[in-house]
Amino acid sequence: MITATVEARDNYLTHEYGVKSWLLTKDHKRIALLYLATITFFFFLGGIFATVIRLELLTPPGDLVSSQTYNKLFSLHGIIMVFLFLIPSIPATLGNFLVPLMLGCKDLAFPKLNLLSWYILVVGGLFVLYAMLIGGVDTGWTFYVPLSTSYANTYVILTAVGVFIVGFSSILTGLNFIVTVHRMRAPGLTWFRLPLFIWSIYATSVIQVLATPVIAVTLLLVALERGFHLGIFDPALGGDPVLFQHLFWFYSHPAVYIMVLPGMGVVSELVSTYSRKKVFGYKFVAFASVAIAILGFLVWGHHMFVAGQSVYASMVFSMLSYLVAVPSAIKVFNWTATLYKGSISYDTPMLYAFGFIGLFTMGGLTGTFLAALGFDVHVTDTYFVVAHFHYIMVGGTMMAYLGGLHYWWPKISGRMYPEGWAKLSALVVFLGFNLTFFPQFIMGYLGMPRRYHAYPEEFQVYHVLSTAGASVLAVGYLIPAMYFIWSLRYGPIAPDNPWRATGLEWQTSSPPPPDNFEITPVVTHEAYDFSVVEEMTVG
Amino acid sequence: MANHSLALRHQFEDVAQQKDASTLGMWIFLATEILFFGGMFCCYTVYRASYPHAFGIASNHLEVLWGAVSTVVLICSSYFMACSVNSAATGHRKALVGFLALTIVLAVAFLVIEMSEWYLLYKEGLMPGVNFTYKGIDPGHVQLFFCMYFAMTGLHASHVTIGIVILVILAFRAYAGVFTPAYYTPVEISGLYWHFVDLVWIFLFPLYYLIARHLQG
Repeated sequence: MITATVEARDNYLTHEYGVKSWLLTKDHKRIALLYLATITFFFFLGGIFATVIRLELLTPPGDLVSSQTYNKLFSLHGIIMVFLFLIPSIPATLGNFLVPLMLGCKDLAFPKLNLLSWYILVVGGLFVLYAMLIGGVDTGWTFYVPLSTSYANTYVILTAVGVFIVGFSSILTGLNFIVTVHRMRAPGLTWFRLPLFIWSIYATSVIQVLATPVIAVTLLLVALERGFHLGIFDPALGGDPVLFQHLFWFYSHPAVYIMVLPGMGVVSELVSTYSRKKVFGYKFVAFASVAIAILGFLVWGHHMFVAGQSVYASMVFSMLSYLVAVPSAIKVFNWTATLYKGSISYDTPMLYAFGFIGLFTMGGLTGTFLAALGFDVHVTDTYFVVAHFHYIMVGGTMMAYLGGLHYWWPKISGRMYPEGWAKLSALVVFLGFNLTFFPQFIMGYLGMPRRYHAYPEEFQVYHVLSTAGASVLAVGYLIPAMYFIWSLRYGPIAPDNPWRATGLEWQTSSPPPPDNFEITPVVTHEAYDFSVVEEMTVG
Repeated sequence: MANHSLALRHQFEDVAQQKDASTLGMWIFLATEILFFGGMFCCYTVYRASYPHAFGIASNHLEVLWGAVSTVVLICSSYFMACSVNSAATGHRKALVGFLALTIVLAVAFLVIEMSEWYLLYKEGLMPGVNFTYKGIDPGHVQLFFCMYFAMTGLHASHVTIGIVILVILAFRAYAGVFTPAYYTPVEISGLYWHFVDLVWIFLFPLYYLIARHLQG
């Protein structure tokens, strides 16, 4: 390993000091850290709601909280985790930090817009927090009408406005990334030399730009309807509540891919680096991201099999939903093929990558169960669905996010994290996750409905297992939070390329200088060409 | 070239890259806007297809003459915007300021006509949620028509208002001599936005004012 020379190298963290230098920064790396702090706060806040939910479900009767409070708990858990953590998670933190570094440019195309996106997220988040503090919201994260427009007696408009505002943060981030990938690549960095992380972020950005405005306008209509009783979604006045669901899921299904595609990009990077091999079938993995983005727009109706949608529409949506399995499987098979005869090392990020591949596969396979019309009718609104999407969101995205955070932490902070603790926590997260959510598949299949705070006694054993798992999982998330903070001061100084990885981000110093590179790099090799790194290390 | 490099932001290698990036950014933003309006156009389409008769009756309550006048006003405004971009590209500062001013005047005129129409509908008792007293055939679905009318023209009017703010800022900067034939990207991309706003109205006008007017209440 190369020992780092630390003294007197200007980097983005030490270039300027003071609160103002952070709050008015236009440096994508600092903005990434602003996002990191913000979404970490929302992650633990959403986690607190999950904790109370799991505690309530420890016993069959609704004894810890009232049903009204329980409704607010799961609503806020969903709204905060989806809109304020998962959607910005990998794109806005790792993406913001890495896109210009991986492309070999000085910054994103629109740095001021990038800072504005963060402020928009904060303002939207404050709306949600304010609504939470003065009484919360109890519609679920889906804001279904007519509950949200006519019956809910909580702060629906305030929360919807918050989510509306947050949406613009997501749109502007996506716009910024698309333009940057198109126009700011270093000389020689052709589309098929791009790291696969960039391909995933690009596909994600396209979804963000095209899907998010639809939920924005839908929530606007919900707020108008609730404020003025217009009848747009009210059947008594000729409106159609199912239309709301169509519009809602036209965004919210693609949003699932906003959450998981960047995770797939992270895993491609990790699998390649820690097997020291080029990703098998690079172009297939790259185009699989684009295919998922496109197919993601055509399957929203599978959320509405029991909502009164035409049965023929349901059949088409069911078939299209199966198609999503094809590009997803291409990715999983190609990661596995990359491992084959690779020189594999089990550093912490790789443990998370393995976790992702296994858990995403389970989440994906149960997704194909749910795409089947008959089976879906049986398990709609049960814990089977809850387990399915948590396998994708928490087992998939959260694993990739943590893996990516560990992998790039030396680059971000200039310090190494403690490997022993990190491996332990990766293991704890994996075990805790499965203990929490696997029993939910079983109880869901047996008929335990979601969104109830009391349940029959025969489900208790599964709920006890699930709550025990959630406690383990919480420990698994707290350990990294602590050692990352610890490492900022006490971690060993990181070399520029601790993993001997390819990719332009590893060719600059750790942490990078304010303008990323001393001289604009020129790319002469394919992505993941390890022969170049070996030569550099030996030479 | 020293003058141009002043306008070059540090993340770009050269002026051409900067201009390309800004233009592409605006086109992507317009794609977002199309989907933003698209959600409402989707609602409109569903309800128009479900209740064609009620929607026809309701559209008779709109003033087609003033709708047509405001359409012409907005198209002229778009024309002067195109003239502004041309003046900027050829470096005619006075013409640029003049054409921008004309664009703004017509945009304001459009808003005045539209707000008058809103006020008349309010007086007639055709503004759902505020004052809706229509007692003719199929009041529920007629109300739905006016809900969509106010939601969509309201969203459009808010875009016009934002456009006016942008144009006023542009006019002041143009007056100060910021734009040269080598650097006028803000004028050009604001022009794209303004034409988009115009185009949305080109769709709204026939959808609300012209379709099925022969149906009488």
